[in-house]
Amino acid sequence: MKKNQMIAIAIAAIVILAAFSTWYLIANKDKPVSVILATTTSTQDSGLLDYILPDFNSKYDADVKVIAVGTGQALELGRNGDADVLFVHSPAKEIDFVDQGYGLYRWKVMYNQFVIVGPASDPAGINGTALAKDALGMIYNTGSKFCSRGDQSGTHTAEQKLWTSAGYNYTGITMQSNSSWYLSLGQGMGDTLLTASEKQAYTIVDEATWFNLESGLDLVILVKGDAVLFNQYGVIPVNGTMHPAINEEMGVNFANWVTSPETQAMIANYTLKGNQVFTPNTDRKP
Amino acid sequence: MNAIQAKGISKSYRERKVLKEIDLEVEEGDIFAIIGPSGAGKTTLLRILCSLQPPDSGTVAILGRQISFKATEDLQLRRRMSFISQKPIAFRNSVRENVAYSLKVRGVEDRKEMVDNALQHVGLLDLADNLGMTLSGGELQRMAFARATVYNPEVLILDEFTAHLDPYNIKMLEDALISYQKENGATILTVTHNMFQAKRIARTTAVMLDGQIVEQNDTATIFNNPTDERTGQFVKGEMIF
Amino acid sequence: MESDLLNVTLLSIFVSGTATLLASLLAIPLGCFFGMRKFRGKEVIRTITYTLYGFPPVVAGLVLYILLSNSGPLGSLQLLFTPTAMILAQTLLVVPIVIGLTMSAVSTTSKDYTETAIILGADSWRTARTVIHEARVGIISAVMIGFGRALAEVGAVMLVGGNIQWHTRVLTTAIVLETREGNFGYGLALGAILLTIGMIFFYLMKRYQDKGMLT
Ligand SMILES: Nc1ncnc2c1ncn2[C@@H]1O[C@H](COP(=O)(O)OP(=O)(O)OP(=O)(O)O)[C@@H](O)[C@H]1O
Ligand SMILES: [Mg+2]
Repeated sequence: MKKNQMIAIAIAAIVILAAFSTWYLIANKDKPVSVILATTTSTQDSGLLDYILPDFNSKYDADVKVIAVGTGQALELGRNGDADVLFVHSPAKEIDFVDQGYGLYRWKVMYNQFVIVGPASDPAGINGTALAKDALGMIYNTGSKFCSRGDQSGTHTAEQKLWTSAGYNYTGITMQSNSSWYLSLGQGMGDTLLTASEKQAYTIVDEATWFNLESGLDLVILVKGDAVLFNQYGVIPVNGTMHPAINEEMGVNFANWVTSPETQAMIANYTLKGNQVFTPNTDRKP
Repeated sequence: MNAIQAKGISKSYRERKVLKEIDLEVEEGDIFAIIGPSGAGKTTLLRILCSLQPPDSGTVAILGRQISFKATEDLQLRRRMSFISQKPIAFRNSVRENVAYSLKVRGVEDRKEMVDNALQHVGLLDLADNLGMTLSGGELQRMAFARATVYNPEVLILDEFTAHLDPYNIKMLEDALISYQKENGATILTVTHNMFQAKRIARTTAVMLDGQIVEQNDTATIFNNPTDERTGQFVKGEMIF
Repeated sequence: MESDLLNVTLLSIFVSGTATLLASLLAIPLGCFFGMRKFRGKEVIRTITYTLYGFPPVVAGLVLYILLSNSGPLGSLQLLFTPTAMILAQTLLVVPIVIGLTMSAVSTTSKDYTETAIILGADSWRTARTVIHEARVGIISAVMIGFGRALAEVGAVMLVGGNIQWHTRVLTTAIVLETREGNFGYGLALGAILLTIGMIFFYLMKRYQDKGMLT
């Protein structure tokens, strides 16, 4: 009786697993060529990829697998030969990547904007400041709370550059361990915004994420439009000579496609809650 | 021939000598009682005789064969003997399956009748389908008796086998033990604090004090004409510990 | 979206279920062996397994990523960003739990039951079977807790699975994504599905466990 029970359970487990495996195999057989696209969370979370990728998949009979991570991790995936094409926003690091031979070339694709957000009470009085570096100076001088992602993401890199351009030593800021105003969180954008909202602190955010999350936050946009706040995205096909598993051809196809006039137009047409988020600006020579 | 023959058994826990050079001979077919106060080392001695743990020194022969104290090598010998522990435990099974276990491990196929018989002897047939774990202390001891005797071992070793029982059940188990011995001609070695029990059932009695057997003789002699002073005090209940 | 949800849910069950099954096949015998035997280094093994209970899933994922990466030693297997990699990652996380809990379940029942079995004439093989049988309630708990850990884990499957839609997205990674996108409500709904799966599984195992106690 007990033996039968055990056998029954074992059989049930095996049947369930077999069923799942079959389902899994069927679900995945005859799949078109898969391409691994390593990109930043912002392109995925903004919904842009869902909007434009079906076109690529049908044009090239491909199946783009999106790995949405931080820019640093995306570049690392490329270096290790685990991605076929990169779509990220950290120009200096991208150029390094290509210079080191990991990427074939890097083309600009589009940009979006960073904005400085903060509490409506605006203790540092930065509302409407034209230059981002002035705004940061006011935050610094008033010792107002500031949340940094602190995760070496594209957004974090951009923030570091802003502090430097405003004349501050960024390492100096982060090393002020006794300071209670600069909070380095080591979190994604959403978590950083939530924290900033809770603490009524300033932070820097890309517009796409902002439009997605603003309704749940007790923060407002205070500074936007400064050219240094533009956030440039680039595409890099990974160099296929590095590793046989890299699908260089599809990587190149993707770069060609995302910079083509049709796709660029699609990017411009994409809106999030009624706002255009990305401005196409490829530098690819036709 | 001696069914149980132990020579020079010593055992220490840390620095303390619990058994001191014990020699023990139990004749085949005897009912042999070891009496002695708590902590004298009775359980330790029995466990060694059953090959549950090795002594520090000394040898044990059961039914004329030397015990190796290695679980695998003593298997055939162990199957001819049995032990009822002071604290018997039940497997997470019915009473019937607990008793059947002894037969199952020996590959006996027709178990039902033998199991029912054994349970009948100890008055547990009504509870046969209950869970072993739900038995009362006394019922558990009766089950342990049935489980230990169902395969007719030639040597039966018991440690306080009536400790939790009321007088009625003590009588039942003592009778079961005596009739078991008669029917099978088995050798019985039992340990008890209770000298009256020794008086009732044993032919030979040994008195164990502080890790030593101080006196061994016909039960009647031990109780009526003890030679050792300490034995006299113990059987008269004068010894204070 | 609905078929997406179904896909994600089934993949969660498939990945965590397979991982738990594999881990159990490996860990239950080991746990029983460690639990029943006395040997030098047993305490070391116990300490290691207990420490690994708290092994951060992300670290397990990272180690596995480095191994499975195209530039890693096992890159040629092409397992990165597949459900197989996710199963491996969760297996790594579940194995120590099942070993540790099986070990303690077996060693707490071990001594008395071992002696009783030996006394009643069991050979060493039968004795081991008896002890495992007596410890089954604890062993089933070990499997339940292991499955819970696998199902709730996100760091490792995120890293080696990549959270690829239709391919390697499971409930936990989908929750991370939805949260990032600001769909907190949907994220919570996915969380509810996760809990429901856990509950159904625990209920079934509990019933089996109770039967194990009674029969
Ligand atoms: N594993 C052990 N470790 C340390 N000391 C032990 C161990 N087993 C037994 N002892 C000690 O050895 C002594 C003899 O124990 P034993 O169980 O043999 O006594 P006993 O004569 O059976 O007593 P009782 O009549 O109370 O059952 C006791 O003092 C006990 O505390
Ligand atoms: Mg005792």
